[in-house]
Amino acid sequence: MKTVNLLLSGVGGQGVILASAILSRAALLQGLDIKQSEVHGMSQRGGSVVSHVRVGEKVHSPLVAEGGCDILLGFEPLEALRFAHWVRKGGTIVYTPDRVNPSTVSAGLAEYPDDVEERLRTYPVNLVRVEAAALAERAGNRRAANVVLVGAASRYLDFPLEVWEKAVEGSVPPKVRDVNREAFRLGREA
Amino acid sequence: MKEVLSGNEAIARGAWEAGVRYAAAYPGTPSTEILENIGTRYRDDIYSQWSPNEKVALETVVGASIAGVRALAAMKHVGVNVAADPLFTASYTGVRGGLVLVCADDPNLHSSQNEQDNRNYAKFAKIPLVEPSDSQEAKEFLKIAFEISEQFDTPVLFRTTTRISHSKSIVDLGDRAELPRPDHMERDVKKYTMLPAYARPKHPKIEERLRNLRAYGATSPLNRVEMGDRSVGIVASGIAYQYAKEALPNASFLKLGLTYPIPDDLVREFASKVDQLIVVEELDPFLEEQIRLLGIEVAHGKDWFPITGELTPEAVAERLTGRVGQRQPAAEGLPVRPPVLCPGCSHRGVFTVLRKLKVYVSGDIGCYTLGALPPFEALHACLCMGGSITMAHGISKAMGEVTDRKDRTVAVIGDSTFFHSGVTGLMDMIWNGGHSVVMIQDNRITAMTGGQVTPGIGKTLMGADSPAIDIEKLVVTLGVKPENVRVVSAYDLKEIETVLKEELDKPEPSVVITKDPCVLQYRVKNTPMRVDPEACTACGVCLRTSCIALGMTGEGDEKHAEIDPNFCTGCTVCAQVCKFDAIRPQE
Repeated sequence: MKTVNLLLSGVGGQGVILASAILSRAALLQGLDIKQSEVHGMSQRGGSVVSHVRVGEKVHSPLVAEGGCDILLGFEPLEALRFAHWVRKGGTIVYTPDRVNPSTVSAGLAEYPDDVEERLRTYPVNLVRVEAAALAERAGNRRAANVVLVGAASRYLDFPLEVWEKAVEGSVPPKVRDVNREAFRLGREA
Repeated sequence: MKEVLSGNEAIARGAWEAGVRYAAAYPGTPSTEILENIGTRYRDDIYSQWSPNEKVALETVVGASIAGVRALAAMKHVGVNVAADPLFTASYTGVRGGLVLVCADDPNLHSSQNEQDNRNYAKFAKIPLVEPSDSQEAKEFLKIAFEISEQFDTPVLFRTTTRISHSKSIVDLGDRAELPRPDHMERDVKKYTMLPAYARPKHPKIEERLRNLRAYGATSPLNRVEMGDRSVGIVASGIAYQYAKEALPNASFLKLGLTYPIPDDLVREFASKVDQLIVVEELDPFLEEQIRLLGIEVAHGKDWFPITGELTPEAVAERLTGRVGQRQPAAEGLPVRPPVLCPGCSHRGVFTVLRKLKVYVSGDIGCYTLGALPPFEALHACLCMGGSITMAHGISKAMGEVTDRKDRTVAVIGDSTFFHSGVTGLMDMIWNGGHSVVMIQDNRITAMTGGQVTPGIGKTLMGADSPAIDIEKLVVTLGVKPENVRVVSAYDLKEIETVLKEELDKPEPSVVITKDPCVLQYRVKNTPMRVDPEACTACGVCLRTSCIALGMTGEGDEKHAEIDPNFCTGCTVCAQVCKFDAIRPQE
């Protein structure tokens, strides 16, 4: 299998790291090599968070090269747009339209651009819009939006469904297992 | 068994497999998870602790080594500056049980105040330097580092970077080496007592040790030659190796895991087999300089790869292949999303008042350093751990008598940083007749690094109960007059302002303490606030408290502030700055 390069971009607290863990676990179950990298430290405090996940036969760099991303998962539209140029021509951007204001916007120091989705459409990629928060709410918890996005991304990785289900179940606490299983299913079918 | 582990988790695993019995650290990104993992996953076999600072941590580790067990210290790059004093002389004493100092550098300053290249410490302290390039190597190389430490009677510097510590990859798990605990304390005065007479003969031995290590490098499993296309020979270590291997998988590589001292003969032999030598490394030309000193020609090194910031896979690939990848233009003009004080954070009210008072604020290392960013801009200097109090003292002495309160200085420091090295600064201020106000914002945790216990909490890393050090009593004992030690609520802006003004006007040191806990770590959540749209004039004063729960909505006459109840913790700071009483608790 050719190496698949994924980027997950969002805001601290949205579950970007958990989503990366599910993707890594699925690849491990599939017998593939994995490298995953993110920067934490200040990530819980509302800042931008980006996680790199690379899976394939043999993976060296833990970072996806700029311009070499196959699939970008945008957990927030502005954060999807911020990393859209990392996606190669013909790659895929899966994003949710649910906005989270940056602190600079909350504080009145900047404005949230109103043309984010239009600007995403200017990139030469396969653009997939998933109402992740609404689907997560339907699954039983708005906070499972991250797993909805993993479900949506799972269609672009050729792993069997059982592998995905195992990966989701093995990555979340038992009491939210059902919600997350459902969130994954809704994302995959979206 | 295979598991996906971060570099830090793999180091913790490596310590366990190596039979380590003692580990100590002070938290610091990107090193923190090493001890967190040892303290949880391996607590049955390894005694582990957070120490008040890195110097203390390393000294306890030296003690454990002298007792005869394998011992590990972990810290971030700037932590080694704090621990440099014991490190340099531990190079002279050598070890009994293996001693490894793990240091995690932070190129690109993701969460640090500088981007120093700690490989230089190995050369400076004349000790071996080991660098892994992924999690599997992090675990395996750590075990070899302990063997080197014991074989060559030396501390070993084990260096990672953010991309090694915080990247995950597959690790093959192994078993623990069962090393017996020593049954008595050996005495060896000349080895461990660094009087001039005993230390002087050590120096030539250290030079001999380096020569022996240089020879060992030629056959060490830490170093590896991968011969391929001989037109290019790449010398690399750590994360730089991964980027270079990704770019030119068929080139010849000298992949070094022991990067100080470098194995002269191996480098010479490798250089002779390839047409040109390229050194790929992050930050300083550390390998390049060592190789050039051997008289070996380096075709490209720092002329190609920047000395500042992180390397990236695309930048390395472009240099090595000469091909520029196809890229789309980046979206421009997007609002930035910097880290920010959490909704409900106990630092928000203090910075709101400090901004109003317009005093000079000497800051320190922690979440509260964010008080320097807009819209607060109420923290004016930050140098290093504990530096707030001492800088404030220097400023006040340099300024002499000041009449305007705005020219007075307030030092702002957190509980963990105060215990780390603020205490000695306060002694200095008391001893030498200083008169600044020290604000100790005790949020009951080391917050910035993700919530580690401090000496003030009454718990240890391993979860045991311990005496909690009382900051109020401590500062009074040091000599601050009891009437100048004031405890205020972090959420009562009027009280903070009144007390700060009173203390600023006194000609002697004062300490103002807040004790409200970190809302993130202690999960504080009170009734959220709401905005009354009728009363709100959209003046925007509340937004200047910089809280992501707040925002503006509507247009024209309808425009008003709004609060997201999912984020709001009901701290009331925004309500207290509102002149129109438009922000009240939800019913």
